[in-house]
Amino acid sequence: VTGSLGGAHPAAVAWFLLFVAATLGITWWAARRTRSAEHFYTAGRSVTGLQNGLALAGDYMSAASFLGIAGLVALSGFDGLIYSIGFLVGWPVVMFLVAEPLRNLGRYTFADVVAYRLRQVPVRIAAAFGTLAVVTFYLIAQMVGAGNLIKLLFGIRYETAIVAVGVVMMAYVLFGGMLATTWVQIVKAALLIGGAFVLGFGAMVIVGPDGIRAIDKGGNMAAPLLAEAVGGTGFLGFIAAVAFATILAVVAGLTLSGAAALSHDVWVNVVRGGEAPEREQLVVARAATLLGGVASVALGIVFKGENVAYMVGLAFAIAASANFPALVLSIFWKPFTTRGAQASMIVGTVSALLLIFLSPTIQEGVLGRASAPFPLRNPGLVTIPLAFVVGMAVSLLWPEREAAERFAEVQRRVHLGPETDES
Amino acid sequence: MSEKQRALEALARAQWRLALGLTAAMMAIYFGFTLLVAWAKPLLARQLVPGLSLGILLGALVIVSAWALIWVYVRWANSHYDATVASLREPRS
Repeated sequence: VTGSLGGAHPAAVAWFLLFVAATLGITWWAARRTRSAEHFYTAGRSVTGLQNGLALAGDYMSAASFLGIAGLVALSGFDGLIYSIGFLVGWPVVMFLVAEPLRNLGRYTFADVVAYRLRQVPVRIAAAFGTLAVVTFYLIAQMVGAGNLIKLLFGIRYETAIVAVGVVMMAYVLFGGMLATTWVQIVKAALLIGGAFVLGFGAMVIVGPDGIRAIDKGGNMAAPLLAEAVGGTGFLGFIAAVAFATILAVVAGLTLSGAAALSHDVWVNVVRGGEAPEREQLVVARAATLLGGVASVALGIVFKGENVAYMVGLAFAIAASANFPALVLSIFWKPFTTRGAQASMIVGTVSALLLIFLSPTIQEGVLGRASAPFPLRNPGLVTIPLAFVVGMAVSLLWPEREAAERFAEVQRRVHLGPETDES
Repeated sequence: MSEKQRALEALARAQWRLALGLTAAMMAIYFGFTLLVAWAKPLLARQLVPGLSLGILLGALVIVSAWALIWVYVRWANSHYDATVASLREPRS
Protein backbone atom coordinates (compact mmCIF):
# COMPACT_ATOMS: atom_id res chain seq x y z
CA VAL A 1 0.00 0.00 0.00
CA THR A 2 1.97 3.05 -1.10
CA GLY A 3 -0.95 5.28 -2.15
CA SER A 4 -0.48 7.98 -4.74
CA LEU A 5 2.96 8.95 -3.48
CA GLY A 6 5.24 11.07 -5.55
CA GLY A 7 2.50 13.47 -6.67
CA ALA A 8 0.93 16.36 -4.82
CA HIS A 9 -2.03 15.68 -2.50
CA PRO A 10 -4.48 18.63 -2.43
CA ALA A 11 -6.12 17.73 0.92
CA ALA A 12 -2.78 17.05 2.55
CA VAL A 13 -1.30 20.24 1.19
CA ALA A 14 -4.28 22.25 2.49
CA TRP A 15 -3.92 20.89 6.02
CA PHE A 16 -0.21 21.43 5.85
CA LEU A 17 -0.49 25.07 4.79
CA LEU A 18 -3.09 25.72 7.51
CA PHE A 19 -0.79 24.37 10.20
CA VAL A 20 2.25 26.24 8.93
CA ALA A 21 0.19 29.44 8.75
CA ALA A 22 -0.83 28.93 12.38
CA THR A 23 2.79 28.56 13.51
CA LEU A 24 3.82 31.58 11.48
CA GLY A 25 1.01 33.46 13.25
CA ILE A 26 2.60 32.54 16.56
CA THR A 27 5.93 33.73 15.20
CA TRP A 28 4.46 37.07 14.19
CA TRP A 29 2.90 37.44 17.63
CA ALA A 30 6.25 36.59 19.22
CA ALA A 31 8.19 38.92 16.93
CA ARG A 32 6.28 41.88 18.34
CA ARG A 33 7.54 40.88 21.76
CA THR A 34 11.17 40.31 20.79
CA ARG A 35 12.63 43.69 21.63
CA SER A 36 16.00 42.95 23.15
CA ALA A 37 18.79 40.41 22.86
CA GLU A 38 17.52 38.83 26.06
CA HIS A 39 14.08 38.38 24.50
CA PHE A 40 15.67 36.88 21.42
CA TYR A 41 17.64 34.23 23.33
CA THR A 42 15.62 33.50 26.44
CA ALA A 43 12.14 34.85 25.73
CA GLY A 44 12.80 37.58 28.31
CA ARG A 45 12.87 34.89 31.05
CA SER A 46 9.07 34.78 30.84
CA VAL A 47 8.82 31.01 30.29
CA THR A 48 7.63 28.97 33.31
CA GLY A 49 9.05 25.64 34.42
CA LEU A 50 6.15 23.59 33.06
CA GLN A 51 6.13 25.45 29.74
CA ASN A 52 9.86 24.93 29.48
CA GLY A 53 9.48 21.23 30.26
CA LEU A 54 6.90 20.80 27.51
CA ALA A 55 9.09 22.73 25.10
CA LEU A 56 12.07 20.49 25.92
CA ALA A 57 9.89 17.43 25.42
CA GLY A 58 8.93 18.97 22.08
CA ASP A 59 12.58 19.38 21.23
CA TYR A 60 13.15 15.69 21.70
CA MET A 61 10.00 14.75 19.83
CA SER A 62 11.95 16.27 17.00
CA ALA A 63 12.48 14.91 13.54
CA ALA A 64 14.68 12.37 15.33
CA SER A 65 11.99 10.58 17.28
CA PHE A 66 8.94 11.33 15.21
CA LEU A 67 10.40 10.55 11.81
CA GLY A 68 13.71 8.82 12.50
CA ILE A 69 12.83 6.46 15.34
CA ALA A 70 9.49 5.57 13.80
CA GLY A 71 11.45 4.78 10.63
CA LEU A 72 14.07 2.69 12.43
CA VAL A 73 11.41 0.72 14.30
CA ALA A 74 9.50 0.19 11.08
CA LEU A 75 12.58 -1.03 9.18
CA SER A 76 14.45 -2.89 11.94
CA GLY A 77 11.79 -3.67 14.59
CA PHE A 78 13.28 -4.44 18.00
CA ASP A 79 16.72 -2.99 17.08
CA GLY A 80 15.06 0.38 16.49
CA LEU A 81 13.47 0.19 19.95
CA ILE A 82 16.89 -0.49 21.56
CA TYR A 83 18.37 2.53 19.74
CA SER A 84 15.63 4.80 21.04
CA ILE A 85 15.98 3.61 24.65
CA GLY A 86 19.60 4.75 24.61
CA PHE A 87 18.50 8.33 23.88
CA LEU A 88 16.00 8.28 26.72
CA VAL A 89 18.29 6.85 29.38
CA GLY A 90 20.64 9.82 29.01
CA TRP A 91 17.99 12.17 30.37
CA PRO A 92 17.72 10.94 33.97
CA VAL A 93 21.51 10.90 34.26
CA VAL A 94 21.73 14.49 33.01
CA MET A 95 18.98 15.37 35.46
CA PHE A 96 20.79 13.85 38.46
CA LEU A 97 24.37 14.91 37.77
CA VAL A 98 24.35 18.01 35.56
CA ALA A 99 20.99 19.81 35.62
CA GLU A 100 20.98 20.70 39.31
CA PRO A 101 24.58 22.03 39.33
CA LEU A 102 23.84 24.12 36.23
CA ARG A 103 20.67 25.57 37.72
CA ASN A 104 22.53 26.40 40.91
CA LEU A 105 25.41 28.04 39.07
CA GLY A 106 22.81 30.30 37.49
CA ARG A 107 24.66 30.65 34.18
CA TYR A 108 23.36 31.21 30.72
CA THR A 109 25.27 29.25 28.06
CA PHE A 110 27.51 26.20 28.15
CA ALA A 111 30.56 28.45 27.80
CA ASP A 112 29.46 30.57 30.80
CA VAL A 113 29.53 27.43 32.95
CA VAL A 114 32.88 26.10 31.75
CA ALA A 115 34.48 29.55 31.96
CA TYR A 116 33.14 30.20 35.47
CA ARG A 117 36.49 29.70 37.24
CA LEU A 118 38.72 29.80 34.14
CA ARG A 119 39.90 32.59 31.85
CA GLN A 120 36.88 33.74 29.84
CA VAL A 121 38.09 34.53 26.35
CA PRO A 122 40.07 31.38 25.39
CA VAL A 123 37.34 29.13 26.78
CA ARG A 124 34.63 30.97 24.87
CA ILE A 125 36.41 30.71 21.54
CA ALA A 126 36.91 26.96 21.91
CA ALA A 127 33.34 26.47 23.15
CA ALA A 128 31.83 28.43 20.28
CA PHE A 129 33.78 26.26 17.86
CA GLY A 130 32.33 23.06 19.35
CA THR A 131 28.81 24.47 19.61
CA LEU A 132 28.80 25.43 15.94
CA ALA A 133 29.90 21.93 14.88
CA VAL A 134 27.13 20.36 16.96
CA VAL A 135 24.45 22.75 15.78
CA THR A 136 25.41 22.17 12.16
CA PHE A 137 25.03 18.40 12.39
CA TYR A 138 21.77 18.64 14.28
CA LEU A 139 20.52 21.05 11.64
CA ILE A 140 21.45 18.63 8.87
CA ALA A 141 19.30 15.96 10.51
CA GLN A 142 16.30 18.27 10.62
CA MET A 143 16.88 19.40 7.03
CA VAL A 144 16.99 15.81 5.76
CA GLY A 145 13.69 15.11 7.55
CA ALA A 146 12.03 18.28 6.29
CA GLY A 147 13.32 17.80 2.75
CA ASN A 148 11.88 14.29 2.53
CA LEU A 149 8.59 15.46 3.96
CA ILE A 150 8.15 18.29 1.47
CA LYS A 151 9.24 16.03 -1.36
CA LEU A 152 6.61 13.44 -0.35
CA LEU A 153 3.87 15.99 0.14
CA PHE A 154 4.34 18.29 -2.82
CA GLY A 155 5.93 15.81 -5.23
CA ILE A 156 8.94 18.03 -5.96
CA ARG A 157 12.63 17.14 -6.13
CA TYR A 158 14.48 16.61 -2.84
CA GLU A 159 17.03 19.35 -3.58
CA THR A 160 14.33 21.93 -4.39
CA ALA A 161 12.48 20.92 -1.22
CA ILE A 162 15.59 21.47 0.91
CA VAL A 163 16.13 24.98 -0.42
CA ALA A 164 12.48 25.91 0.15
CA VAL A 165 12.61 24.54 3.68
CA GLY A 166 15.79 26.49 4.39
CA VAL A 167 14.20 29.76 3.32
CA VAL A 168 11.06 29.25 5.46
CA MET A 169 13.15 28.27 8.48
CA MET A 170 15.41 31.27 8.30
CA ALA A 171 12.46 33.64 8.01
CA TYR A 172 10.90 31.98 11.01
CA VAL A 173 13.99 32.20 13.24
CA LEU A 174 14.95 35.72 12.21
CA PHE A 175 11.57 37.17 13.12
CA GLY A 176 10.32 34.87 15.86
CA GLY A 177 13.30 34.32 18.13
CA MET A 178 13.06 32.22 21.27
CA LEU A 179 9.52 33.04 22.32
CA ALA A 180 8.08 31.71 19.07
CA THR A 181 10.32 28.67 19.28
CA THR A 182 9.17 27.84 22.78
CA TRP A 183 5.50 28.29 21.99
CA VAL A 184 5.60 26.15 18.87
CA GLN A 185 7.35 23.46 20.90
CA ILE A 186 4.62 23.59 23.54
CA VAL A 187 1.81 23.28 20.97
CA LYS A 188 3.57 20.46 19.22
CA ALA A 189 4.54 18.44 22.31
CA ALA A 190 0.90 18.44 23.31
CA LEU A 191 0.01 17.07 19.85
CA LEU A 192 2.70 14.43 19.66
CA ILE A 193 3.21 12.82 23.06
CA GLY A 194 3.02 9.08 22.83
CA GLY A 195 3.15 8.67 19.05
CA ALA A 196 6.44 7.43 17.65
CA PHE A 197 6.57 3.70 18.54
CA VAL A 198 2.93 3.08 17.75
CA LEU A 199 3.36 4.75 14.39
CA GLY A 200 6.61 2.86 13.76
CA PHE A 201 5.30 -0.64 14.48
CA GLY A 202 2.06 0.28 12.74
CA ALA A 203 3.92 1.41 9.63
CA MET A 204 5.93 -1.82 9.57
CA VAL A 205 2.74 -3.90 9.54
CA ILE A 206 0.48 -1.75 7.36
CA VAL A 207 2.84 -0.10 4.86
CA GLY A 208 5.65 -2.67 4.95
CA PRO A 209 9.43 -2.07 4.99
CA ASP A 210 9.73 -2.17 1.20
CA GLY A 211 7.09 0.53 0.74
CA ILE A 212 8.90 2.74 3.26
CA ARG A 213 12.31 2.20 1.65
CA ALA A 214 10.87 2.96 -1.77
CA ILE A 215 10.17 6.56 -0.71
CA ASP A 216 13.35 7.19 1.31
CA LYS A 217 16.08 4.66 2.00
CA GLY A 218 16.73 6.16 5.43
CA GLY A 219 13.21 5.12 6.48
CA ASN A 220 12.30 8.64 7.59
CA MET A 221 8.85 8.68 6.01
CA ALA A 222 7.39 5.72 7.95
CA ALA A 223 5.10 7.81 10.15
CA PRO A 224 3.61 9.95 7.36
CA LEU A 225 3.09 6.86 5.17
CA LEU A 226 1.20 5.11 7.95
CA ALA A 227 -0.90 8.21 8.43
CA GLU A 228 -1.89 8.08 4.78
CA ALA A 229 -2.64 4.35 4.83
CA VAL A 230 -4.85 4.73 7.92
CA GLY A 231 -6.54 8.08 7.54
CA GLY A 232 -6.19 9.08 3.88
CA THR A 233 -4.46 12.10 2.45
CA GLY A 234 -6.10 14.54 4.89
CA PHE A 235 -4.53 12.74 7.82
CA LEU A 236 -1.25 12.52 5.91
CA GLY A 237 -1.33 16.32 5.61
CA PHE A 238 -2.04 16.71 9.31
CA ILE A 239 0.83 14.41 10.36
CA ALA A 240 3.15 15.99 7.80
CA ALA A 241 2.28 19.44 9.11
CA VAL A 242 2.92 18.40 12.71
CA ALA A 243 6.23 16.89 11.66
CA PHE A 244 7.15 20.01 9.73
CA ALA A 245 6.24 22.28 12.64
CA THR A 246 8.38 20.02 14.80
CA ILE A 247 11.31 20.43 12.50
CA LEU A 248 10.77 24.18 12.21
CA ALA A 249 10.73 24.61 15.96
CA VAL A 250 13.78 22.44 16.53
CA VAL A 251 15.69 24.22 13.81
CA ALA A 252 14.72 27.56 15.30
CA GLY A 253 16.03 26.50 18.70
CA LEU A 254 19.23 25.17 17.19
CA THR A 255 19.89 28.17 15.05
CA LEU A 256 19.40 30.30 18.14
CA SER A 257 22.03 28.28 20.00
CA GLY A 258 24.42 28.75 17.12
CA ALA A 259 23.63 32.44 16.90
CA ALA A 260 24.08 32.78 20.66
CA ALA A 261 27.45 31.07 20.49
CA LEU A 262 28.61 33.43 17.77
CA SER A 263 27.19 36.72 19.02
CA HIS A 264 27.14 36.23 22.81
CA ASP A 265 30.33 34.21 23.21
CA VAL A 266 32.50 35.25 20.30
CA TRP A 267 31.36 38.70 19.20
CA VAL A 268 30.55 40.38 22.51
CA ASN A 269 33.12 38.70 24.76
CA VAL A 270 35.97 38.15 22.36
CA VAL A 271 35.80 40.66 19.53
CA ARG A 272 34.30 43.54 21.52
CA GLY A 273 35.95 42.77 24.86
CA GLY A 274 32.72 42.26 26.84
CA GLU A 275 30.66 45.28 25.77
CA ALA A 276 28.50 45.67 22.66
CA PRO A 277 25.28 47.58 22.03
CA GLU A 278 22.13 45.41 21.97
CA ARG A 279 21.27 46.43 18.44
CA GLU A 280 24.66 45.28 17.24
CA GLN A 281 24.30 41.93 19.07
CA LEU A 282 20.99 41.32 17.34
CA VAL A 283 22.52 42.13 13.96
CA VAL A 284 25.34 39.66 14.58
CA ALA A 285 22.92 37.00 15.84
CA ARG A 286 20.78 37.39 12.71
CA ALA A 287 23.80 37.28 10.39
CA ALA A 288 24.89 34.08 12.14
CA THR A 289 21.40 32.68 11.60
CA LEU A 290 21.64 33.33 7.85
CA LEU A 291 25.06 31.72 7.65
CA GLY A 292 23.89 28.62 9.53
CA GLY A 293 20.83 28.33 7.31
CA VAL A 294 22.84 28.36 4.09
CA ALA A 295 25.34 25.83 5.45
CA SER A 296 22.60 23.44 6.58
CA VAL A 297 20.85 23.57 3.18
CA ALA A 298 24.10 22.60 1.44
CA LEU A 299 24.86 19.80 3.91
CA GLY A 300 21.25 18.59 3.88
CA ILE A 301 21.73 17.82 0.19
CA VAL A 302 25.01 15.96 0.88
CA PHE A 303 23.39 13.73 3.52
CA LYS A 304 20.33 12.80 1.44
CA GLY A 305 19.15 9.25 2.20
CA GLU A 306 20.44 9.00 5.80
CA ASN A 307 18.16 8.15 8.71
CA VAL A 308 17.36 11.23 10.79
CA ALA A 309 17.71 9.54 14.18
CA TYR A 310 21.16 8.31 13.17
CA MET A 311 22.15 11.83 12.06
CA VAL A 312 21.03 13.18 15.44
CA GLY A 313 23.18 10.48 17.02
CA LEU A 314 26.17 12.01 15.20
CA ALA A 315 25.32 15.47 16.51
CA PHE A 316 25.11 14.00 20.01
CA ALA A 317 28.48 12.31 19.55
CA ILE A 318 30.12 15.63 18.64
CA ALA A 319 28.42 17.37 21.57
CA ALA A 320 29.44 14.61 23.96
CA SER A 321 33.05 14.82 22.77
CA ALA A 322 33.32 18.63 22.56
CA ASN A 323 31.26 19.77 25.55
CA PHE A 324 30.67 17.00 28.03
CA PRO A 325 34.26 16.34 29.23
CA ALA A 326 34.97 20.08 29.66
CA LEU A 327 31.65 20.62 31.45
CA VAL A 328 32.10 17.73 33.86
CA LEU A 329 35.77 18.48 34.57
CA SER A 330 35.13 22.18 35.21
CA ILE A 331 32.37 21.44 37.72
CA PHE A 332 33.83 18.38 39.46
CA TRP A 333 37.63 18.25 38.96
CA LYS A 334 39.73 20.73 40.91
CA PRO A 335 42.97 20.73 38.84
CA PHE A 336 41.11 21.62 35.61
CA THR A 337 42.63 24.63 33.79
CA THR A 338 41.89 27.01 30.95
CA ARG A 339 44.35 25.25 28.66
CA GLY A 340 42.88 21.88 29.62
CA ALA A 341 39.39 23.13 28.72
CA GLN A 342 40.56 24.50 25.38
CA ALA A 343 42.45 21.32 24.50
CA SER A 344 39.57 19.06 25.53
CA MET A 345 36.96 20.98 23.53
CA ILE A 346 39.08 21.37 20.40
CA VAL A 347 40.38 17.79 20.39
CA GLY A 348 36.85 16.48 21.06
CA THR A 349 35.32 18.47 18.21
CA VAL A 350 38.05 17.87 15.66
CA SER A 351 38.48 14.16 16.38
CA ALA A 352 34.70 13.58 16.21
CA LEU A 353 34.44 15.43 12.89
CA LEU A 354 37.47 13.62 11.49
CA LEU A 355 36.24 10.16 12.47
CA ILE A 356 32.79 10.89 11.02
CA PHE A 357 34.53 11.85 7.79
CA LEU A 358 36.54 8.59 7.85
CA SER A 359 33.49 6.45 8.77
CA PRO A 360 31.51 4.28 6.36
CA THR A 361 28.71 6.89 6.28
CA ILE A 362 30.85 9.41 4.38
CA GLN A 363 33.47 7.18 2.75
CA GLU A 364 31.06 4.54 1.41
CA GLY A 365 27.74 6.36 1.45
CA VAL A 366 28.71 9.80 0.11
CA LEU A 367 32.08 9.29 -1.62
CA GLY A 368 31.28 5.80 -2.91
CA ARG A 369 34.52 4.12 -1.78
CA ALA A 370 34.67 0.35 -1.22
CA SER A 371 35.73 0.53 2.43
CA ALA A 372 36.27 3.08 5.20
CA PRO A 373 39.44 3.57 7.31
CA PHE A 374 37.39 3.95 10.53
CA PRO A 375 34.89 1.11 11.07
CA LEU A 376 32.39 2.70 13.52
CA ARG A 377 29.49 4.80 12.23
CA ASN A 378 29.39 6.80 15.46
CA PRO A 379 32.73 8.13 16.79
CA GLY A 380 31.65 8.73 20.45
CA LEU A 381 33.17 5.54 21.83
CA VAL A 382 36.65 6.78 20.87
CA THR A 383 36.37 10.57 20.99
CA ILE A 384 34.64 11.10 24.38
CA PRO A 385 37.35 9.26 26.40
CA LEU A 386 39.98 10.97 24.22
CA ALA A 387 38.64 14.45 25.13
CA PHE A 388 38.64 13.52 28.83
CA VAL A 389 42.22 12.24 28.70
CA VAL A 390 43.51 15.26 26.75
CA GLY A 391 41.74 17.74 29.07
CA MET A 392 43.17 16.09 32.17
CA ALA A 393 46.68 15.61 30.78
CA VAL A 394 46.99 19.22 29.62
CA SER A 395 45.65 20.49 32.97
CA LEU A 396 48.22 18.47 34.91
CA LEU A 397 51.10 19.52 32.63
CA TRP A 398 50.29 23.25 32.88
CA PRO A 399 48.63 23.89 36.28
CA GLU A 400 46.65 27.11 36.88
CA ARG A 401 46.58 28.29 40.48
CA GLU A 402 43.65 30.73 40.26
CA ALA A 403 41.39 28.08 38.70
CA ALA A 404 42.11 25.65 41.53
CA GLU A 405 41.64 28.38 44.16
CA ARG A 406 38.17 29.20 42.89
CA PHE A 407 37.09 25.55 42.92
CA ALA A 408 35.69 25.72 46.48
CA GLU A 409 33.39 28.55 45.40
CA VAL A 410 32.14 26.53 42.43
CA GLN A 411 31.47 23.54 44.69
CA ARG A 412 29.44 25.62 47.14
CA ARG A 413 27.35 27.11 44.37
CA VAL A 414 26.86 23.80 42.61
CA HIS A 415 25.17 22.33 45.65
CA LEU A 416 23.46 25.30 47.19
CA GLY A 417 22.87 28.03 44.62
CA PRO A 418 24.29 31.55 44.44
CA GLU A 419 22.49 33.32 47.28
CA THR A 420 24.14 31.43 50.11
CA ASP A 421 27.46 33.15 49.41
CA GLU A 422 26.96 35.98 51.84
CA SER A 423 26.09 33.72 54.78
CA MET B 1 27.65 30.56 61.20
CA SER B 2 29.54 27.32 61.72
CA GLU B 3 26.38 25.38 62.57
CA LYS B 4 24.72 26.72 59.45
CA GLN B 5 27.83 25.88 57.45
CA ARG B 6 27.72 22.32 58.74
CA ALA B 7 24.04 21.99 57.85
CA LEU B 8 24.74 23.24 54.33
CA GLU B 9 27.59 20.81 53.88
CA ALA B 10 25.51 17.91 55.14
CA LEU B 11 22.78 18.88 52.67
CA ALA B 12 25.30 19.06 49.83
CA ARG B 13 26.58 15.60 50.70
CA ALA B 14 23.03 14.21 50.83
CA GLN B 15 22.26 15.70 47.42
CA TRP B 16 25.39 14.18 45.96
CA ARG B 17 24.72 10.74 47.48
CA LEU B 18 21.19 10.66 46.10
CA ALA B 19 22.29 11.85 42.65
CA LEU B 20 25.05 9.23 42.46
CA GLY B 21 22.77 6.47 43.78
CA LEU B 22 20.04 7.21 41.23
CA THR B 23 22.62 7.44 38.44
CA ALA B 24 24.04 4.07 39.43
CA ALA B 25 20.53 2.57 39.45
CA MET B 26 19.79 3.93 35.96
CA MET B 27 23.11 2.64 34.63
CA ALA B 28 22.54 -0.81 36.15
CA ILE B 29 19.08 -1.05 34.56
CA TYR B 30 20.18 0.17 31.14
CA PHE B 31 23.38 -1.84 30.87
CA GLY B 32 21.63 -4.87 32.35
CA PHE B 33 19.09 -4.63 29.53
CA THR B 34 21.84 -4.13 26.95
CA LEU B 35 23.75 -7.19 28.22
CA LEU B 36 20.58 -9.27 27.99
CA VAL B 37 20.16 -8.09 24.39
CA ALA B 38 23.75 -9.11 23.67
CA TRP B 39 23.84 -12.51 25.36
CA ALA B 40 20.33 -13.74 26.09
CA LYS B 41 18.55 -13.30 22.78
CA PRO B 42 16.50 -16.54 23.01
CA LEU B 43 15.22 -15.47 26.44
CA LEU B 44 14.18 -12.01 25.22
CA ALA B 45 12.58 -13.49 22.13
CA ARG B 46 10.12 -15.54 24.23
CA GLN B 47 6.58 -14.45 23.45
CA LEU B 48 4.60 -13.62 26.58
CA VAL B 49 1.42 -13.16 24.60
CA PRO B 50 1.41 -13.39 20.80
CA GLY B 51 3.04 -10.20 19.45
CA LEU B 52 4.60 -9.17 22.77
CA SER B 53 8.05 -10.62 23.48
CA LEU B 54 9.85 -10.36 26.79
CA GLY B 55 12.36 -8.03 25.05
CA ILE B 56 9.75 -5.45 24.11
CA LEU B 57 8.23 -5.57 27.59
CA LEU B 58 11.62 -5.10 29.29
CA GLY B 59 12.47 -2.27 26.87
CA ALA B 60 9.27 -0.49 27.86
CA LEU B 61 10.06 -1.13 31.53
CA VAL B 62 13.48 0.53 31.12
CA ILE B 63 11.63 3.67 30.00
CA VAL B 64 9.17 3.41 32.90
CA SER B 65 12.04 2.93 35.37
CA ALA B 66 13.70 6.12 34.06
CA TRP B 67 10.50 8.02 34.86
CA ALA B 68 10.31 6.40 38.29
CA LEU B 69 13.89 7.40 39.19
CA ILE B 70 13.27 10.98 38.07
CA TRP B 71 10.11 11.05 40.16
CA VAL B 72 12.13 10.00 43.22
CA TYR B 73 14.64 12.82 42.67
CA VAL B 74 12.06 15.49 41.94
CA ARG B 75 10.09 14.54 45.04
CA TRP B 76 13.18 14.77 47.22
CA ALA B 77 14.31 18.05 45.65
CA ASN B 78 10.89 19.70 45.98
CA SER B 79 10.04 18.53 49.47
CA HIS B 80 13.43 18.47 51.15
CA TYR B 81 16.32 20.06 49.23
CA ASP B 82 14.79 23.37 48.10
CA ALA B 83 13.01 23.78 51.44
CA THR B 84 16.18 23.25 53.45
CA VAL B 85 18.25 25.61 51.30
CA ALA B 86 15.51 28.23 51.62
CA SER B 87 15.31 27.88 55.40
CA LEU B 88 19.10 28.17 55.75
CA ARG B 89 19.03 31.30 53.64
CA GLU B 90 16.68 33.11 56.03
CA PRO B 91 18.20 36.35 57.35
CA ARG B 92 20.12 35.78 60.57
CA SER B 93 18.59 38.63 62.61
